[in-house]
Amino acid sequence: MSSNTVISARDLSLTFQTGDGPVHALKDVSLEVEKGDFVSFIGPSGCGKTTFLRCMADLEHPTGGSLTVNGASAEEARKSRAYGYVFQAAGLYPWRTIGGNIRLPLEIMGYARDDQEARVKRVLELVDLAGFERKYPWQLSGGMQQRASIARALAFDADLLLMDEPFGALDEIVRDHLNEQLLHLWDRTNKTICFVTHSILEAVYLSTKIVVMSPRPGRITDVIESTLPRVRPLDIRETPEFLDIAHRVREGLRAGHSDDL
Amino acid sequence: MRNLLPVLTIVATLLALWYAAAVALNAQWARDQAARAGETLTMSALVADTWSQDKPKLPAPHQVVTEIWNTTGAMVLEGRGFSKRSLFYHSWITFSATALGFVLGTALGVALAIGIVYNRTMDMSVMPWVIASQTIPILAIAPMIIVVLNAVGISGLLPKAMISMYLSFFPVVVGMVKGLRSPTPMQLDQMRTWNASASQTFWRLRLPSSMPYLFTSLKVGMAASLVGAIVGELPTGAVAGLGARLLAGSYYGQTIQIWSALIMAATLAAVLVGLIGLIQRITLKRMGMA
Repeated sequence: MSSNTVISARDLSLTFQTGDGPVHALKDVSLEVEKGDFVSFIGPSGCGKTTFLRCMADLEHPTGGSLTVNGASAEEARKSRAYGYVFQAAGLYPWRTIGGNIRLPLEIMGYARDDQEARVKRVLELVDLAGFERKYPWQLSGGMQQRASIARALAFDADLLLMDEPFGALDEIVRDHLNEQLLHLWDRTNKTICFVTHSILEAVYLSTKIVVMSPRPGRITDVIESTLPRVRPLDIRETPEFLDIAHRVREGLRAGHSDDL
Repeated sequence: MRNLLPVLTIVATLLALWYAAAVALNAQWARDQAARAGETLTMSALVADTWSQDKPKLPAPHQVVTEIWNTTGAMVLEGRGFSKRSLFYHSWITFSATALGFVLGTALGVALAIGIVYNRTMDMSVMPWVIASQTIPILAIAPMIIVVLNAVGISGLLPKAMISMYLSFFPVVVGMVKGLRSPTPMQLDQMRTWNASASQTFWRLRLPSSMPYLFTSLKVGMAASLVGAIVGELPTGAVAGLGARLLAGSYYGQTIQIWSALIMAATLAAVLVGLIGLIQRITLKRMGMA
């Protein structure tokens, strides 16, 4: 474990005790995420990818193994506001403007008023929503609301971004556009991003590292280091290199499902 | 107001039914009087009589309106707007008890709701008692409360306000508990990721989310508060207020007086609830939750 490691999971396990018996959401999951990585987690429902992300965010508590974020426990990382979390739905408050929504975490964390204004402006520009501060969430489309949600996660300069299927509820064209923007953003800000997705194409297009997971019990089947260059135009998705990696991901997913067949 | 025409139609129908019922109910008395005088009444004479009796079983609408005017507008014009015979005076008495009881009931309801949402013990123990408190008939409790409070020297406005508070805190508790619990788990998780304190989560998320529920509860609470104030005026001899007018009217068989007090109370309720509705519309529109 070098000083470049942002997240380190060692034999991480999480078992839910339900009425039907124990559910092994995560079993012996080990992974290292380096600074500046874009890591995608992909797998079918119930494979533990969202649970793993929530463990990193201290929203779930593992029942075994160890997990460190920025060298400290996940709880300490949460208390020191070390990450921004983006949920599947934008979750903007209808009684606040877009600017007000982005200011919300800044108000909670106690930033000064002028600092807040400056940050709101900056992050809105980053997600291409400059000038939308005074608008209300219902005046924005789904894609724009999700961009505002991402801007909110960026507002307090956390170096780590945890994203749980943020584009899952959007249509293909908006999704492509947002994927491009996210990659551009990552390149510019050099953050570490953990991204949960259902889509193989999205995972391969966005990441430097793809973690393939499978269910029952939730475990890592394959970790693929992407050979694609850092700067990726959208049509890289038709190159043979891209298709090779996508193929490998698909094989990994199938292997995880083999006990079903 | 796009529903003006339907509303007017309904009102006109109700008035027509009211007049017809007045004829039907007051006819017996009219016929008895005529029989005693040895006359028989034609239909039109019967109808005219049933609509202008002194102590009718069912006053006609115009009689009620005249009585209301005599005790409100006419008195104001004479400069006696707040004399003890004026309905404005009585309405004011009832309104002050209603308003104070409403404010106290809302405060109590919100305080209990916050306790229930934030404290496990209260969550498990308070609600059954709150519900049980509402099952006791208010007509039984009201005299007790007034007598007990009078015995410790508290009389006048406060005992009636306490009865109003007793009735109006319940919808506020129920509504606010639901409202304070209305944020989704995702929104609460989002607050956790920012390490927000319980107080910050309350003021910035739970309280704004509960506004629609609060206003609905306030409307019900206001109506309940008015009922409480009127019920509170009935025991101890009924000195002042709309409830007192109702009771005095029934003692002396002054049915027109009863009805005028009733209509006044209904108007007061409509105005107060409508006021809350107006504030609700404005506030929720500004909060994007209309």
